[in-house]
Amino acid sequence: MATRPETRREKMRLMLLLSPSIFWLTVFFLMPLILVFAISFGQRGTYGGVEWVLSLRSYARFIDSLYLRIFARTMGIALATTIICLIIGYPLAYFIATRPPQWRNALVLLLMIPFWTNFLVRTYAWLFILRDQGLVNMVWTGPVHHAVVRAAEVLPLSLLGSLADATEAPLGLFGTNGAIIIGLVYGWLPDMVLPCYASIERLDFSLVEAAQDLYANRLRSFLRVIVPLTLPGIVAGSVLVFIPSLGAYVTPDLLGGAKSVMIGNVIYSQFMSARDYPFGSAVSFVLMAVMLVGTLIYFRTGRE
Amino acid sequence: MKRFVQQPLILCLILATLAALAAACGAGQQSELADELHVYNWSEYVGPEVYEMFEEEFGVRVVEDTFANNEELLAKLQAGAAGYDVIVPSDYMVDIMIQQGLLAELDHDSLPNIENLDPTFTDPPYDPGMVYCVPYLWGTTGIGYNDDAFDEEPDSWTYLFDAAVASQYGGRFTMLNDVREAMGAALKYLGYSLNSTDEQELAEARDLLIEQKQWVHSYNAENYEDLLSADEIVMAHSWSGDVFMVAEEDERIWYAIPQEGGVIWADNLCIPDSSNKKHTAEVFINFMMRPDVAAANSNYTWYASPNQAATEFISEEILEEPAIYPPDDVMDRLEWLEDVGEAAPTYERMWTEVKAAGS
Amino acid sequence: MAGYKGRRRRRRGRWLNRLLTAHGVLGYLFLYAPIVILVIFSFNASRYASSAWRGFTLRWYGVLFRNKAIGAALRNTLIVAGASTLISTVFGTMVALAMERYEFWGKLGVDGVLYLPIIIPDIAMAVMLLLFFVLTRVSLGLVTIIISHVAFNISFVAVVVRARLAYFDVTLEEAAQDLYANQWQTFRRVTFPLILPGILGGALLAFTLSIDDFVITFFTAGPGSTTLPLRIYSMIKLGITPEVNALSSVMLLASMVLVIVSLALQGGGGAETDIV
Repeated sequence: MATRPETRREKMRLMLLLSPSIFWLTVFFLMPLILVFAISFGQRGTYGGVEWVLSLRSYARFIDSLYLRIFARTMGIALATTIICLIIGYPLAYFIATRPPQWRNALVLLLMIPFWTNFLVRTYAWLFILRDQGLVNMVWTGPVHHAVVRAAEVLPLSLLGSLADATEAPLGLFGTNGAIIIGLVYGWLPDMVLPCYASIERLDFSLVEAAQDLYANRLRSFLRVIVPLTLPGIVAGSVLVFIPSLGAYVTPDLLGGAKSVMIGNVIYSQFMSARDYPFGSAVSFVLMAVMLVGTLIYFRTGRE
Repeated sequence: MKRFVQQPLILCLILATLAALAAACGAGQQSELADELHVYNWSEYVGPEVYEMFEEEFGVRVVEDTFANNEELLAKLQAGAAGYDVIVPSDYMVDIMIQQGLLAELDHDSLPNIENLDPTFTDPPYDPGMVYCVPYLWGTTGIGYNDDAFDEEPDSWTYLFDAAVASQYGGRFTMLNDVREAMGAALKYLGYSLNSTDEQELAEARDLLIEQKQWVHSYNAENYEDLLSADEIVMAHSWSGDVFMVAEEDERIWYAIPQEGGVIWADNLCIPDSSNKKHTAEVFINFMMRPDVAAANSNYTWYASPNQAATEFISEEILEEPAIYPPDDVMDRLEWLEDVGEAAPTYERMWTEVKAAGS
Repeated sequence: MAGYKGRRRRRRGRWLNRLLTAHGVLGYLFLYAPIVILVIFSFNASRYASSAWRGFTLRWYGVLFRNKAIGAALRNTLIVAGASTLISTVFGTMVALAMERYEFWGKLGVDGVLYLPIIIPDIAMAVMLLLFFVLTRVSLGLVTIIISHVAFNISFVAVVVRARLAYFDVTLEEAAQDLYANQWQTFRRVTFPLILPGILGGALLAFTLSIDDFVITFFTAGPGSTTLPLRIYSMIKLGITPEVNALSSVMLLASMVLVIVSLALQGGGGAETDIV
């Protein structure tokens, strides 16, 4: 129960508790934030660095169709990732929540291990699998190819023939948007499952049973009762997946073969290659603004 | 008599002691080496035992961090990553860094081994008189390839850019993930200079790269040579030494300098102005110019050494390979990368457009 | 009538249950298969980390353990994680207590500022911090990394501890205050032990986030301050020998240990809710 501090001692204690964090966040978070905002209105010096001349050039450049296109693509990929994570993750969370308690603990434990394994390692796993010399293609051009060829000898169907041709060369999985999405889904799936699980686990299952008595259809009871009740978990999970996916840098870099550019890569190259700080700041700021607005909207509707 | 002699004698003694102390202090500061030296280098760019050798001889531990391309090096330095003592920028980057005042002047007195260098390299256009840097290794950019996949040597940019030819190798070749190199290759194929600042020419290069993108496996500047050997690709836009390193073990892999001409580049050892271990750094640089050390680096990286005295220690294979030490007529067709000044943002923008295209 | 409908519902129910179970099993397979594959191929006697099996070997683990650069990176990682976890746990717990116990002017603002680092994507935060250090002319190194990690970890710790505090039964404190004269004693003997699982949960989360961080660290790192994720990244980009697989397996093992430790600390059961 939160109360206003009354005595002087209480006020001082409140100050003591708040100060270190407020100080740290002000100096090392708010100030940098303001700095980025300020720099986005500057201009790039000839060799990088910032010239403090007021200009909207960076934002104007962002409105350029090239960057809007990249942003749209990034949004698309992040959205796809979130939806897929939801489709895979929510039922998974439901599965865990409906197991007997001893099983549940073990299952959550099993979930934590990938969650706490280094993100780079988990992304690398898919690089290893999807590469042209990776597992998928080894199987595709190996056993699968042999099987199809053998089958084609027995049954000379044109379908089998073209399949045999197709399985001779590796599937170009690496460097595609699909590869990036797989990598992102794999990396952020636990972030979807855990909040959903937390929500579902708190469900009063007698409500669920009551719902099932009301609705003949289990699907309908699910949609009308369970989903709304677990909405906070769904919202939290979606936010936890969408945001990092939107700002993804490592995954498109490793799995996209440096061919696909997401907004995170653009920001990275502005700071590490082009050294155009004002432009990089502008893009960064737009990204943050979009996310902030999106999160606020999502939370508002979630509460309703 | 005694006192008459004693006083000046004592005075002399005191003065002599003070002088000796001062000399010792001064000399001590001079020859006192730091415990640790931070080197910021390209990856796999130094002979395997070289750092250990230096540590044993001088008692200085070398800590190496790596960067992926010149722009990243510059970005980190500009961002205030102080504490690097030796850096290894390429030619045009040295030019940029000098203009930005990021480099410290070298004291040639601490670098006696500098006379081991080949006179051709002692007065580079980007750093006349080697005031700031000393050349380290030099090489070319061209096409690494897998012999088995080709009837004749792919010694032309046509193999990478011509629609009819490149499409045959769709998804099986890489381009360097380096803005100047990639744009440079495109410019060379179109017959322009690698250092063009003409917006029209740059736009053409960009369009060519965009068209090429559908056949490119990936943009890779780190391990394309391994991809070649692992049969993931059959052609790679490469730096010479990387390909030769792999060719040592895999005889199907070789390297060709395109007939239209390519890039000749030299990487240099420099000391950032922000370093506070300049003397130790100079000792290190001097060590690197020792004939046996320079040869060790060359033998490991398969790049050419600008160190003349090292020739007697460098393996025959390297010395006689025309792709590493090109004959004069080939050298004439090679171009050095230079700073493009104001056009640099244009290059970057074009490159971003290439990266963003198509998907 | 009811019996007939009931049987049909039960049959459909059973079918749905089977589907759910299948989904669960497949889900876990999906989560684990890639990492298991990585581990298997870390024993591959092939020079390249390709999928052609060439025999079993422990060679790559040998290479890994002899790799001095990795040792240095591990040391840096632990230093950074240790320092940033300590600082952020203390600060985060303090601010969580303040937020849950008191009302004050500007509380909503503080709330917002506390949530921002969680919402902001890595790359934006990395860029912000880099610019800040550049313009204040602070040299990049281990200290800047630690500062950056604390900047985002405070929020995460605060969230976890606040969640725990919200479930706290205040009557316990009130009862204690009847017994003990002192506020501090109440805190030490009643409040603190009860919220300790939450604090430890927050600390563990902060530790994990710090160890795992790549983007922010990459931007704020300086000479000689390469951490393990940075080293892994350049290994992945550079050499595709199975050494990377070996490193991945070791890190997987480390995660397992972390999970078990967290379980022991939190006494089972409450683990998931606290982390989330």
